[in-house]
Amino acid sequence: MAGLGGGGNDVQWCFSQVKGAIDDDVAEADIISTVEFNHSGELLATGDKGGRVVIFQQETENKSQPQYRSEYNVYSTFQSHEPEFDYLKSLEIEEKINKIRWLPQKNAAQFLLSTNDKTIKLWKISERDKRPEGYNLKEEDGRYRDATTITTLRVPVFRPMDLMVEASPRRVFANAHTYHINSISVNSDHETYLSADDLRINLWNQEITDRSFNIVDIKPANMEELTEVITAAEFHPHQCNTFVYSSSKGTIRLCDMRASALCDKHSKLFEEPEDPSNRSFFSEIISSISDVKFSHNGRYMMTRDYLSVKIWDINMENRPVETYQVHEYLRSKLCSLYENDCIFDKFECCWNGNDSVVMTGSYNNFFRMLDRTQRRDVTLEASRESCKPRQVLKPRRVCAGGKRKKDEISVDSLDFNKKILHTAWHPQDNIIAVATTNNLYIFQEKVN
Amino acid sequence: MIHTMECAVDAQSLISISLRKIHNSRTQRGGIKLHKNLLVSYVLRNARQVYMNEKYAEIYRMQQYEEVMTVCNEIQELNPLDLVEDCEEQTVDCCSSMNESPSLCGALLPVSHQASPVQHIQPTSACSVPIPLQSEEVCKSPDPSFYRSCCAEAYPVSNCDFSPVNSMHCNKTTVLDLDTHVVTTVESGYLHQDCCASLQQCCQGAQSPVKKRKLDFGYYVSEIEEVPDFTPCKRAKFEDSSYACTEPLDTSNISNLISIFGSGFTGLVSRQAELEQALNGQFCSKQALASLGAWTRAIVAF
Repeated sequence: MAGLGGGGNDVQWCFSQVKGAIDDDVAEADIISTVEFNHSGELLATGDKGGRVVIFQQETENKSQPQYRSEYNVYSTFQSHEPEFDYLKSLEIEEKINKIRWLPQKNAAQFLLSTNDKTIKLWKISERDKRPEGYNLKEEDGRYRDATTITTLRVPVFRPMDLMVEASPRRVFANAHTYHINSISVNSDHETYLSADDLRINLWNQEITDRSFNIVDIKPANMEELTEVITAAEFHPHQCNTFVYSSSKGTIRLCDMRASALCDKHSKLFEEPEDPSNRSFFSEIISSISDVKFSHNGRYMMTRDYLSVKIWDINMENRPVETYQVHEYLRSKLCSLYENDCIFDKFECCWNGNDSVVMTGSYNNFFRMLDRTQRRDVTLEASRESCKPRQVLKPRRVCAGGKRKKDEISVDSLDFNKKILHTAWHPQDNIIAVATTNNLYIFQEKVN
Repeated sequence: MIHTMECAVDAQSLISISLRKIHNSRTQRGGIKLHKNLLVSYVLRNARQVYMNEKYAEIYRMQQYEEVMTVCNEIQELNPLDLVEDCEEQTVDCCSSMNESPSLCGALLPVSHQASPVQHIQPTSACSVPIPLQSEEVCKSPDPSFYRSCCAEAYPVSNCDFSPVNSMHCNKTTVLDLDTHVVTTVESGYLHQDCCASLQQCCQGAQSPVKKRKLDFGYYVSEIEEVPDFTPCKRAKFEDSSYACTEPLDTSNISNLISIFGSGFTGLVSRQAELEQALNGQFCSKQALASLGAWTRAIVAF
C-alpha cells in the first residue's frame, strides 16, 4: 500500500533530514534515549545516553510557500546530567536522559524537564540577541578601565549580536526516588508535574524542589511479595486531577487525586485477560507495558507492550477498543530475543495531532504507522539508503515464513541491533521524528 | 498452561540463561534494574515449573514398570478387604483439607479405583500447570512403595518460615523413592504430582520399611522429614489455597533472587553450570532444580 490516511487523506512520507554521525561505530554516549516535540512543534529535543540534550528548531521563514520544507537545525546543546556515584549504596547513577518533557510556554523563554534515573532538572532555554555596549568603567572585553583615564561619560546601549541560546538549570529536583525514574509528566494545571519510578509516583510543584508528595506507592511491606512494578505514568491532558500509570503486568490504573491523598487505590483498572493459548515462558515479559500515552483529546489512551499497541477508551476497562500487532512474526522468536536481551526493549508510541494515526518503532530500523480510521497499517524504514531529499519512503514487508516475495525481508534477516524505541509526532503537522540508535530522522508528509 | 512443547531441555537452558542475567545485572552500570530482574524471575519460575513437571513425568514413567512388578508381588501377600477401608478413609482425609483450593483440589479429587484418573488438572488460572500423565496404568498398578508428597505449586511461597500463616503449610517436600531408597528434600520447592495416582497407590499399599538417606544441598539446611514407619497415605500438605494464584501473595522470589547476589549466588550459578554439564541421572538435574527452590529464602535487598 502506498500510503496511509491521516484524517482521511493518503499521506506519503518522505525523507527530510537526518541528524547524527554517519559512521556505524556508535559511541555509547551518542545513543538517543528520548525525543520530544514542544507544544508548538517548533522545537524538537533529544536526550542521549551521555546525558546531553540537543534541541532543534524549525526554520520558520517561507512557511507560507507550499514547497517549503521546514528544516530543523540545532538550536541549543547542553549537558543536562552527569554521572554520579551514590556512596552509600555503592552505585553508579547513569547520566542517561530517560525522559524530556516540555513545559507550556509562558514567556519568551522555553522550559523543559529532563530526568535521569534519580534526578529531575528544570532547564530554561533563552535567547540572547543583544548585548550592552559602551560601559564607562569596563572595556568591551570586560577588563576594568583605569578610572583616572576616564574623561567623559556615556550611556551604555544595547546592540544586536549573533544569536546566542543559553540553557541554564533553574531547578534541581533530587533525592526523591529510591528506584529508577521511568517517567515524568507535566500537569495541565501548569503548576505541578509527576515523576514515577519502579514503585512510587511523586507529585511536584514546578517551583519547589525541596519537597514532593508521594501519591502512589506500590512497594509491598515485604519485598519478597513484589509482583509488579510501575513502568510509565502520565497526566491526563485536560483533567488536572487524573493520571494513569502502567505496570509490568500489563495493567493500567487510572487515579483521581481528588479521591484521596494517596492514590494507591485506583479509580479504574484497565486490563485485558490473557489469551491462554498464547501462554509461554515469556508471557509476563511481553505483556509488560513499556509506554502509555493519552490521546490529545483525552478520551483514549494507548499502551505499548512488546508485540502490540492497544488503544483503550478510558470509559471501558475490561478490554481495549483496538489492538494492533506491531511485529507478530517475533512471537516464535521470543527465546532468542530473550537470550540477546531484546525482549526487554522498551518501545514508545505516539499519537498524531488529531489522534487518527499512531506510530511506534520496531527492529531493523522499521517503524509502524497504524491508521485507526482507515484500519490500515504500514511499515516504513529509517535508513541512510533512503536519504535523498524528498525521497518517498517505500512500505516494507516482513516475511514471516514460507516463500519470501520480492521486496520482502525475512524475519531471520532482521537486524535486532537496529531498533527504533523513540519516536515523536509534531503536534499539528505531519512531521515525525524517528530515533534510530544514534541518528535522528525527520520525515515529512509529501507535499505535491 | 505453558506450552510443554518447549521441552525440559529448553527449560533448563532458560533457567541457566536467566541465572546468568541476574548475576550479570549486579555489575551493570546504573545499579540493579528492578523491572528487568522481576521479568527474568518470571521466566525462571515458568521454566522451573515446566522443567519440574517434565522431570517428574519422566521419573514417573520410568518407575512405572518397576512399580508394576513390585505391586504384583506385594498384592499377592495382602488381604484385599482391609485395604479398601483404609483407602477410603485416607482418601477423605487427604481431600478434605484441600477443598478450598480450586486449582489444587483437582489434584486430590478422589478417583474411583477403576475410573480413569485425573489426567489434566485444569488450572483455574494461568499459574498452575497441568500434567498429563498416563495414569491409567497407574491406577491399575498402585505402588505403595513409591510415595511422593506433593507441594503443588501455583505460585511459589517464599517466606513460609517467617509468616505465622504459612508456618503450618508445607514449605519442605520430601520425595521418597522406595525403590532406590533416596530421600530428596526440597526447601520451598514444588513438585506437582499426580496425587490421585499416589493415593491409589497408597490405598493399596503395604507397609514396608524405609531407609532414608540424607541429601545435602549445601546452601541451606534441608530438613529430612521423619517418616517413622512408612505411612502409605501420608497426607500431602499443600500450600493454602490463598497462595494459589492470588496476586498479593505471588512471591516469585524476585527480590530474593536479587538479594541472593550477596549470599552465595555465584555458587548457585556455578553449581547449575556444573550440573548442566553433568546432566546424567535424573537426580542430578533434580537436585539442581530442587536447589533452586532455596532462593525463596527471605532476604531483603532493598
